[in-house]
Amino acid sequence: MKKTICAIIAAALIISLFCMTGFGSSNTEVSELRGQYSKEFAGTTLNIFNWGEYISDGAEGSLDVIGAFEKLTGIKVNYTTYESNEAMYAKLKSGSVAYDIIIPSDYMIHRMQRENMLLEVDTSKISNYDLIDKKYMSAYYDEQNKYSVPYNVGMVGLIYNTKMVQEKPTGWDVMWDERYKGQILNFDNSRDAFAIAQFLLGIDVNTTNKADWDAAAAKLMEQNPLLQGRVMDEVFNKMESGNAAIAPYYAGDYLTMADVNPDLDFIFPKEGTNIFVDAMCIPKSSQNYEAALMFINFMLEPEVALANAEFICYATPNTAVIEHEDYSLKGNPFLYPENADEIKTEYYYDLDDETRTYFESLWEKVIVN
Amino acid sequence: MNKKSVNLFLNAPYVVWAVLFIIVPLIFVAYYAFTTADGVFTFSNIATFFTSDTYMTVFWRSMLYAFWATAISLIIGYPFAYCMTKLGAPGQRMMMLLVMLPMLMNLIVRTYSWQQILERNGLINTLFSSLGLPAVQFLGNGAVIVFGMVYNYLPFMILPIYSVMSKLDNSLIEASNDLGCNVFGTMRRIIFPMSLPGILSGITMVFVPCVSTFYISRQFSDGNIKMIGDIIEDKFYRSSVPDYNIGATISLVLMVIILISLAIANKFSDDGVESGGVII
Repeated sequence: MKKTICAIIAAALIISLFCMTGFGSSNTEVSELRGQYSKEFAGTTLNIFNWGEYISDGAEGSLDVIGAFEKLTGIKVNYTTYESNEAMYAKLKSGSVAYDIIIPSDYMIHRMQRENMLLEVDTSKISNYDLIDKKYMSAYYDEQNKYSVPYNVGMVGLIYNTKMVQEKPTGWDVMWDERYKGQILNFDNSRDAFAIAQFLLGIDVNTTNKADWDAAAAKLMEQNPLLQGRVMDEVFNKMESGNAAIAPYYAGDYLTMADVNPDLDFIFPKEGTNIFVDAMCIPKSSQNYEAALMFINFMLEPEVALANAEFICYATPNTAVIEHEDYSLKGNPFLYPENADEIKTEYYYDLDDETRTYFESLWEKVIVN
Repeated sequence: MNKKSVNLFLNAPYVVWAVLFIIVPLIFVAYYAFTTADGVFTFSNIATFFTSDTYMTVFWRSMLYAFWATAISLIIGYPFAYCMTKLGAPGQRMMMLLVMLPMLMNLIVRTYSWQQILERNGLINTLFSSLGLPAVQFLGNGAVIVFGMVYNYLPFMILPIYSVMSKLDNSLIEASNDLGCNVFGTMRRIIFPMSLPGILSGITMVFVPCVSTFYISRQFSDGNIKMIGDIIEDKFYRSSVPDYNIGATISLVLMVIILISLAIANKFSDDGVESGGVII
């Protein structure tokens, strides 16, 4: 009797295992391709280092971009993720790793380029390169468009809960409003937190003047008693559940939160805000340059870029996606605001070591007290 | 093969392990702590640490929280361990299981669950509001962090005390009673001194992880109250100017303090009774 039961349980387990893998098989079909892809590099490995949750990965029926690329080219992709530009930089700088593709933000591209850590991207071999909106080319960090291919664009804004905040805020000053004591969140990241104080005080976010940084630090100290906390990804949970009322975060992430909690609203503060571009680069340590170019081209494919744009919810610089009729975020007011020209935006610049060291030491004082 | 070479052979895997994963990393920590970014020998990192108001504030905060967490764990854990030994064998097994059960879950999961329970719109506040009571802000203060530490590390206090107490010879207690000592005196003169090794190892096993904790403080204060562990993590990982040297210095100072507390604990337990509890 016992044996029969065991056999039945074992059979059930095996069947359920098969079912799971059956359901788990993801979508790796790309129906239409603009570029040419060969099996020339089949069997080689491509090492990709990307932000977490920053590519369509096949979850919930979306396109498995990496899987599709592997299937198409026979290249084995080794995909790893990082949490911050700084962590990525530290890892590359240590020299113990070799990556073929990285996706840093603007200021980090600037720094890596100046430190001679990037290879030039041969755009003549990227046939989809013409799809990129000219608006995002020739930016300060790569004026000649030599080292980077834009992947995503984003802006920081202010997310607030309409049930908890009485009148619609217009600027960053609401984060210093006594009425919302204990319900305000701020970035747990020095540069982003300082920038908010700097916009509010009308100071250049890329200032190298120490007195300016002192003033911003003093402003942040003033906010300390009002803060519920300093968070990064925890912000989703906090805002979705209504545990906090006000938080600065990225427009694309606001859309994700608003899906869960419709009481949330979003504004671009009048004092100005940060804009960033994350772009694909090939570091010096690359061992598979040609395959890396092929991957960049693949990422620009309209269908692939569409899947990524839908998955990540950030604004895309890919014109084929922006105009695509299936794009659910087409013309979304938070990603592609109509009055984009009226929103004051600033890129972060890579600051010199002395300024960075200085503001990091101020930041320590802000967070400890 | 003589006995000595057999011993050597059996020890080899552990020795290799210890050298690779304990000694070598320690050398790295010490190297970074005593050098500048350019690799020049210096004491300035140590000086920076002890003269910086920022680091000292965080350091004493960590020590204070760890002290309270240890004291509260002892106050709760000691009587609990004593009562456990008074139960029958099935009862003891049951209690042991209950003490161990939360530890089978990952610390991060446990802490995160508590955060959700204590949130502004969490389980407890939802209950309060349905009863018409005002919402309470549980998170974001030192007390709740100490609570989190006690919750997570209490088993480390109970287990060593229990293991010492369960070996305690009952005839000694009977003798004490026969000779006219009251319950209080028996406790003070017999049970407490005999269980001292367990207490000391419990104290170190709770204090050490508490003083270096970072996840609990971050979750329970939403990143608002930084502990020394948070600062070390920032130095290596989150800062836009990673400073391995200061990060290593803080780690080293913390290690030295832990070693000192271990040494003190060992010394006291040697003075008490010969056979000790588990001292890590």
